Amino acid sequence: MKHFFTLLSHEIRMLLVSPSTYLAALLFLSFMGFIFTTILESYSKAPLELSPAHVFFQLFWLPVLFMVPMLTMKCLAEERRLGTIETLLTTPVTTTEVVLGKYGAAYLLYLALWGSTAGFFLILRKFSGDVRFMDPGPLLGGYLFIAVSGLLFVALGVFASSLSRNQAVAGILSFTMIFGLIFGLSFLAGSSILHREALQPARQAVEYAQILTHRDDFTRGVIDTRQLLFYLSGTVLALIFSILGVEAKLLHS
Amino acid sequence: MPDTPAIEVSRLVKAYAGVTAVNDISFKVARGEILGFLGPNGAGKSTTMRILTGYQPATSGEVNVCGVSVALRPDEVKRQIGYMPENNPLPEDMRVSEYLYFRGRLKEIKRRMLGPRIDEVLELCDLKRVRHKIIGQLSKGYRQRVGIAEAILAEPPVIIMDEPTIGLDPHQILIVRDLIASLRGRMTVIISSHILPEIEMTCDRVLIINQGRVVAQGTPADLRRDVLGHSTYHLEVAGDTASLPLLLATIDPTLTVTAEGQPDGEGFRRLTLSTANDRELGESLLRTLSSQPYRLRALSRTNPTLEDVFLAATRRSWDVKSGDLRKK
Repeated sequence: MKHFFTLLSHEIRMLLVSPSTYLAALLFLSFMGFIFTTILESYSKAPLELSPAHVFFQLFWLPVLFMVPMLTMKCLAEERRLGTIETLLTTPVTTTEVVLGKYGAAYLLYLALWGSTAGFFLILRKFSGDVRFMDPGPLLGGYLFIAVSGLLFVALGVFASSLSRNQAVAGILSFTMIFGLIFGLSFLAGSSILHREALQPARQAVEYAQILTHRDDFTRGVIDTRQLLFYLSGTVLALIFSILGVEAKLLHS
Repeated sequence: MPDTPAIEVSRLVKAYAGVTAVNDISFKVARGEILGFLGPNGAGKSTTMRILTGYQPATSGEVNVCGVSVALRPDEVKRQIGYMPENNPLPEDMRVSEYLYFRGRLKEIKRRMLGPRIDEVLELCDLKRVRHKIIGQLSKGYRQRVGIAEAILAEPPVIIMDEPTIGLDPHQILIVRDLIASLRGRMTVIISSHILPEIEMTCDRVLIINQGRVVAQGTPADLRRDVLGHSTYHLEVAGDTASLPLLLATIDPTLTVTAEGQPDGEGFRRLTLSTANDRELGESLLRTLSSQPYRLRALSRTNPTLEDVFLAATRRSWDVKSGDLRKK
């Protein structure tokens, strides 16, 4: 792990000097701002039971589906397309360090982008002067959910990027994987196939992996270690597969 | 272990799905030696180099770099090697000095030493003027030199460069050649190239591979003798050439006329002679041919270039291969 911080700081540096990062951040923030204002408008029309933070995080999947593929599709695919992975891996650096460095930088950017949306709530509080809008429970829970689930989503994106040297393919692949994870599993839980007696264990597993339910739990302030474990183990698995993906391409290139 | 050879390859085989890219290659490179790697496209040069660096695993065989097995201890081997891959891939959006700093950190050069060392390699590779430029905007020659600077950055005992002079202009080739020559004795260098005079000038030893096999190896002079096995003379002579073979046999029994041109206006014709003899025959040819009814206008000994050696060696290995096929 000697080189992990060298690689991580290199990756972060490259993100910070690249104009596309700022462009992506700008677009992300305008998009999120649009969602936020729409939510506030609906509050101004009629009283609602849930706090704005709650509704805001209900729509987390929309930015995740588009942002995560775009943040991660480049990381390993680009290295392989340019061939720089060859110079990288012929230094005393392990594949694990390379993958973790890329993953770490992408995850930190993901966190930074989401973290900047906290500004919306600060602005709301300052100008409305109403403390009820700043219900800290759902807010903290929501951001914690974003941070924890982001671990898995970004890892899936890195994995997709390790499979292809084409960025577009990697992007679509990670979009599909995240979509399948969020909505495919929720569709599966609702379908009648799993209601048979024999498939009882499978149904339990699928119900345990409901990301939309996890989100509701987190924003309600219920933090379940089983859910934490689900994301952590998923992340570790996706990263191991990414490392294997990079190494398998070396074996067969 | 200074007495172990820098690189020792024995019975190396690399097979991709269905294709044997490297087939039973063995060779040794002594410390401080510069080895040239020659071969037609797809001969297995790049594959061999990649295996030497530990980037790709071999199918079978053994490779030791400075006495360390590449397969068993790849991390240690990677610290001993500076490698510049084919086509010299570089990140597009970094500055030259930034890139070298990053690579130096990855190659475990101490922070304190890195700054002066970067200045040193920038000077060596004549890159001082572009040190703050973005690599993506550099011309091919500069990019190539950035790759070379990167390979020698950590002062590794072994340097492997895959076609370092490709795409350079003659002046830049000269710089690179001097640069490589300046490493002689200090570092072991393996370079592959298509430009044969290039290899001939810089390398102590040449290894020609074709279709995954070593077809010839040795110093350029050895190769000429072994592979071609003859030297050639060109003459321009006037007179009756019918009795010439007999006369030539008195000079050297293996001396024969291999080509004969038409006489020009003054009766001189161009002859090509070939001999298996290594000795310089020019003097005796001159003496014999000017004292007889012959008149001699020109005599020259052609030195076979490495190009001839290369063509002969690669053709011979094809012959061997097709011979094998016929037997089956």
